Amino acid sequence: MSDKDSKRGGITRRSFITTMGAGVAGVAASGALFSGTSQAKAPEIHKAGEAMRITLTINDHPYVLLVEPRWTLLHVLREVIGLTGTKEGCGRGECGACTVLIDDIPRYACMTLAVEAQGHAVTTVEGLMHGEDLGVVQQAFVQKDAFQCGYCTSGQIMASEGLLRANPLPSSEEIRRGVSGNLCRCGAYTHIFEAVEAAAEMKQK
Amino acid sequence: MKNDSVYYLKDITAPETPEPGENPSPWTNTTIIGKRLPRVDAYERTSGSALYPSDLLLPNMVYGAVLRCPHPHARVKRVNTRPAEGIKGVLTIITGTTPEADVWWRNEDGYRSKLFDPHCHYEGEAVAAVAALDPYTAQDAVKVIQVEYEVLPYIIDEERALDSDAPRVHPKGNLVDTESYERGDVDQGFAQADVVRERPFHTRCEIHTPMELHGCVAEWKGDTLTLHESTQGVYAVQAKVAEALRLPLSRVRVSGRYMGGGFGSKLKAGKYTVISAILARKTARPVKLVLTREETYLAVGNRPSSHMTLKAGVKKDGTLTALQFTCTGTGGAYPAGGVALVDWLIRDLYTCPSVKTECRDVFINAGPARPFRAPGHPQGSWALEQMMDELAEALHMDPVDLRLKNIPTVSQGRTGQPAYTSTGLKECIESGAQSFGWKAARQRNKSSNTGTLRRGVGMGGCVWFVGGGGPPSTIIVKLFKDGSVNLNMGASDIGTGTKTIMAMVVAEELGVKLKNIQIENADTGTTQYATPSGGSKTVPTESPAVRNAAIHIKQKLMEMAAEELDCDFEDLEFEGDEIIVSSRKEQRIKITDIPKLKKQGVIVGVGYRGPNPENKSVNPFGAQFCEVEVNTRTGEVRILRFLGAHDSGRVMNRLTYDNQVFGGITMGIGFALTEFRVLDTGQTGKMVNRNWHDYKLPTALDVPADMKSLPIELDDPEANNTGAKGLGEPVTIPTAAAIANAIYDATGIRITETPAFVPHLITRLNDLAKEG
Ligand code: FES
Ligand code: FES
Repeated sequence: MSDKDSKRGGITRRSFITTMGAGVAGVAASGALFSGTSQAKAPEIHKAGEAMRITLTINDHPYVLLVEPRWTLLHVLREVIGLTGTKEGCGRGECGACTVLIDDIPRYACMTLAVEAQGHAVTTVEGLMHGEDLGVVQQAFVQKDAFQCGYCTSGQIMASEGLLRANPLPSSEEIRRGVSGNLCRCGAYTHIFEAVEAAAEMKQK
Repeated sequence: MKNDSVYYLKDITAPETPEPGENPSPWTNTTIIGKRLPRVDAYERTSGSALYPSDLLLPNMVYGAVLRCPHPHARVKRVNTRPAEGIKGVLTIITGTTPEADVWWRNEDGYRSKLFDPHCHYEGEAVAAVAALDPYTAQDAVKVIQVEYEVLPYIIDEERALDSDAPRVHPKGNLVDTESYERGDVDQGFAQADVVRERPFHTRCEIHTPMELHGCVAEWKGDTLTLHESTQGVYAVQAKVAEALRLPLSRVRVSGRYMGGGFGSKLKAGKYTVISAILARKTARPVKLVLTREETYLAVGNRPSSHMTLKAGVKKDGTLTALQFTCTGTGGAYPAGGVALVDWLIRDLYTCPSVKTECRDVFINAGPARPFRAPGHPQGSWALEQMMDELAEALHMDPVDLRLKNIPTVSQGRTGQPAYTSTGLKECIESGAQSFGWKAARQRNKSSNTGTLRRGVGMGGCVWFVGGGGPPSTIIVKLFKDGSVNLNMGASDIGTGTKTIMAMVVAEELGVKLKNIQIENADTGTTQYATPSGGSKTVPTESPAVRNAAIHIKQKLMEMAAEELDCDFEDLEFEGDEIIVSSRKEQRIKITDIPKLKKQGVIVGVGYRGPNPENKSVNPFGAQFCEVEVNTRTGEVRILRFLGAHDSGRVMNRLTYDNQVFGGITMGIGFALTEFRVLDTGQTGKMVNRNWHDYKLPTALDVPADMKSLPIELDDPEANNTGAKGLGEPVTIPTAAAIANAIYDATGIRITETPAFVPHLITRLNDLAKEG
């Protein structure tokens, strides 16, 4: 980075800090998923390469981050924060490997901009742990061998967790629908269904 | 068959390992092996703490991206990198004219190309690469690099590849090879037949798309390169990279302890591996280069399409008299086994005195193939198993009975026709049919198939070309004084549960708890040589060596115990984690109480894989059964249930075993119903469905709720000392054909071209309705 660049970066960052509130509102207003989170004002336009300061709440922990507006939540989780349990299979909303919970609802982190996630509770697979112990859905996945290579697994677990939070006793058809947004190329679906059933039972106790 | 014809060893010079010496006799009863046990690395894989190569974050790491040729055939005239150089955060750009990137890349059969070859033979060939501070910037840079191409005429239709006016992919012409095979006399065979049928079959090109994208993290420390690669074989990657970059093997360390699926497409290094190493050297920083999903559709392999014709003759009693098979296929723009093993089932699966096959592999301007789970077999099965059903119908025979009539005991397709060490084909078909309720289901459907929703059942048998494994394999097991164990193995666990099974073998032999076994694997820096995990050979290759290593430790322990108990070595035996004196049962010593072990701290056991039996063939067998429901108004096919009956020798872990069976069936469902590459033959020659929206994998809604796995467990003491045969590949072989047969049973429509999806079915249903 040249001297000039770094100076430009500094100015840009400062100007963003002052306009950040409006910026977030702009994003929120344009994103149907998160409408109603703050008052809509005239949208601000941010250049792709310019960083913004945001605060994300991930697994109950606040992170203050400098992100580019175009960065996805997935990129920030994996490459910026280092929460690599959330995986990338396609980066374009096709596979569900990146599934996280946003306010308890399963969402594709690759289709969610980091700036959009402000003001929401983000839960990743790491957030289901109790210290070093596996959470209930994770335990069920272990017991039923609900994975092979394990690369879709975090996403499957988060989709299942989201399903069970909304519907604690799903029917087998509801289970299949609940994980139908998550591809498993290894084809571990049969065991995944069993695991979700087992997790539902375990959660009842 | 020679070793070099086995695809997973192609291009690999595997070192010889010593003979292990005395072979232990097979287990008579087991306490751990065969159980339903969760995986030893399940915690890591479900907690998110398993580090896959694409998860790595190294200090100072930057990101790579590859610019790929957008044309199926073109010459790179000029690359202008200047627009990309101006982007903030771009660190380096390499092209065909960068001295460090002037590297030869050896394709199969003597076809060489440059890493960034100015002559691009397929869409997706690498043209340049970038390293930048973050992946977004790297992609920005790739987008603005200006490449001037001379677009060349292309050929992407394999059926036209040998036409005289077809553009040439390589100067020598578009024929890669013609492989033929003959036994007996087919003309005579057809003359003796009571029924002869002939039919063309066509399977479309399928793409692996494992969930973890292909890629690696490359890092230099001085002149030593470390690669963290998502691979099925760390040693295969090491050899390829060392060759390309002219480095000593000892200077290339490849590690890939976890990997997110490969299905054959990650058996060896890709150009991207070498590219990331060069980018890392140029930036003097670790580089993470992970391909995009679109790139994985173009440049890292596929299952070739096959245009097949099968002619079959059968006597009234169901005895096959002759099979004649031709196939044209394509491995794409470089030699890549375009027709490899497509004819194997025709040659080997059912008894037939006269067989003739001819397979023609041609070049086209499309991405090269890579081995894909049971290469050639699902294609050949699509033709053979549908033909068997057609013959059965002509003979008014049950398809199951026709197959049972033709069960071989020797491997007919191999030179010298060696016997199989064990063959469960008959049992798979018989027990499978019974457990599935085959006869009853056929009857039921026959009598009730009149409405809009029609049901049908279908089945298919299979043998897998290899699956017996073999040397080399070296395993090191360390037993510590507290009774815990370290298992050191070069092989990758590609999701099949390899690590768990090996730990179970150690536990079985040494009486150690699974949780006290730590496994070090898939790292050329710290583990022993292993051939890549593919060919369904990892368990039958590695598990006997693991057993030998554990037995080596046992021997050392018994020597120590004999000294301690002052008795004869021969008089000692193992019981759990104790050693007892056979003649005086009350005299026993816990392993961890042996003073010498305490003093020494650790015992090291080494195990090698013994040779396979001479003049015998070790192969897994199977049969699958399914029931479908076809909506005759909409053409939709719903799979109601599936059963896989597989003979893979000893079941090592029932839980992971079932998982493999279901997984193979699921992949076969995709091959049958939804997956196919579409190339734009008319205008651009480009692949048009290069993502999971347009190229559809089976989802949770596409697999039946009712899936059954029925292991056919036959003793096979000759195969190897654990009695295990391969499983991962046979389980996907007969699936698609079984579905096609079930669709026929339901509707009377024979779908000879994959996929059997709505557009195909609806046309045929309309035709049928017109005919009335
Ligand atoms: S990575 Fe987000 S859906 Fe595939
Ligand atoms: S376990 Fe490999 S993709 Fe699901």
